Amino acid sequence: MPIASVSKSPKGRALPSPPAFRRMVDSTTFSVLLFGVVVSLIVYGAFVGAQSMGYNWQWYRIPAYFYTVTEDGFQWGEICTGLVRTLMLSGTAFALAVVLGLIVALLRLSGLVVGTGLAIAFLEAIRNIPLLVLLYLFYYVLGPIFGFDRYWASILCLAVFHAALISEIFRAGINAVPMGQWEAATSIGMSKIQAFRYIILPQSIRFLLPPMTGEGVHMIKSSAIVSVIAVAELTTAGRNIISDTYMSFEIWFTIAAVYMVVTLILSLGVSVIERRYAVD
Amino acid sequence: MIEFESVDKYYGAFHALKDISITVREGERMVICGPSGSGKSTLIRCINGLEFHNSGTLTVDGIEVHAHSKKMPILRQQVGMVFQQFNLFPHLTVLENLMIGPMKVRKLDRDAAEQVARKYLGRVHIPEQADKYPGALSGGQQQRVAIARSLCMESRILLFDEPTSALDPEMINEVLDVMVELAETGMTMVVVTHEMGFARKVADTMVFMEQGRIVEVASPETFFTNPASERCQAFLQQILET
Repeated sequence: MPIASVSKSPKGRALPSPPAFRRMVDSTTFSVLLFGVVVSLIVYGAFVGAQSMGYNWQWYRIPAYFYTVTEDGFQWGEICTGLVRTLMLSGTAFALAVVLGLIVALLRLSGLVVGTGLAIAFLEAIRNIPLLVLLYLFYYVLGPIFGFDRYWASILCLAVFHAALISEIFRAGINAVPMGQWEAATSIGMSKIQAFRYIILPQSIRFLLPPMTGEGVHMIKSSAIVSVIAVAELTTAGRNIISDTYMSFEIWFTIAAVYMVVTLILSLGVSVIERRYAVD
Repeated sequence: MIEFESVDKYYGAFHALKDISITVREGERMVICGPSGSGKSTLIRCINGLEFHNSGTLTVDGIEVHAHSKKMPILRQQVGMVFQQFNLFPHLTVLENLMIGPMKVRKLDRDAAEQVARKYLGRVHIPEQADKYPGALSGGQQQRVAIARSLCMESRILLFDEPTSALDPEMINEVLDVMVELAETGMTMVVVTHEMGFARKVADTMVFMEQGRIVEVASPETFFTNPASERCQAFLQQILET
């Protein structure tokens, strides 16, 4: 249809516009204003509350925990080294979780009674244990039995926990590829493995990417829980700094902001890749 | 070349194929028609093992078809299949769609596979579409790519499962023309279709199915002028009227 038909001076009669109140509520100005008012009320409330507690804000001390420049030269602070640990921990756990999740998903879809049973048992077990209890199980029970330290207990715990969620993402992604693709691949003589590798998996990727990103973000956030068994990472760094300085308000705000910045960057990065995979 | 001997097939309690016995000779063109749900698709899907029959014997090119046969991949290379919904691989270009079978299954190198792909893309008259994605082609072009994809496996038998049913009317002929040309090369073809003009032109044998049974097997002349069964007469009348 040519654009001209939607010209600014239509031939037909103008339709009635909504009532004035409705127009005001729907406007962008109104919603931005409302948002501004609510946020400033919260910030003001927090400020007044802290003031009345007699809290001594010491924001000026925060940058030193990111990095310091002294006579010895440049040095990363505790927050930055903690962040790197967090990223290494979640990265390793995520890689393991993807492999394990794919295996569980394939077992589930294998059609073998044992495979499906095993996958469902794993899923139900993991999904119905709180992450914190799972971590205690890995650290206090499995750790001593199989001889791994707190660092590997945390990695394995996070990997297993997220593998359960990731396997469901894989299953949905694989099932989202139409049956006809399996049939076409089979009919040109491909084995099941070849069909999966060359035809099904590449097509699943665009169904997988958005929920996988969510899972990656979720992983970084849930890795904070390992601070309860004192594994060195971002949240543990925060706790350590607070026990030295009692600056709990500033530090927790800062730690929260660091997590947010990292996960936002991750989401943005993946949305760029996503656009690449959007074939049609 | 294809031999059904008292073949039965069930989907749960539903009896999809009932005591099917029929033979397709090498180079024969067989057209199967019948009302929907009569088992035509099931019949040809059994030939390359997309479905497996439950009893009886089915032999294709000397290989017995059954779920646990180690020879199924070899058999599937011999038997190409063209689907109603094309089923092209949407994440690959047209050329890659044609090359992936020769490269991964026939283990040809990239150059040889590309040569084969271009040759058959020419055969279906769309060499200029090689670098597009299937989504950018018309239905008729997609179906011709699907035919070329089967040809690239150097199959000796081609199965067509209602190849023109999902096409807009103006694209049906470009696909049928390619199929007629294929028939002239002496390819063994089993075609499920309601395109009676095509059937009259190329079929050696007409088969009419109803409710999982083969009701009539005849040469096109007898089939179209003097079908034996009443059911078949009624079906033909309905189809030819529209």
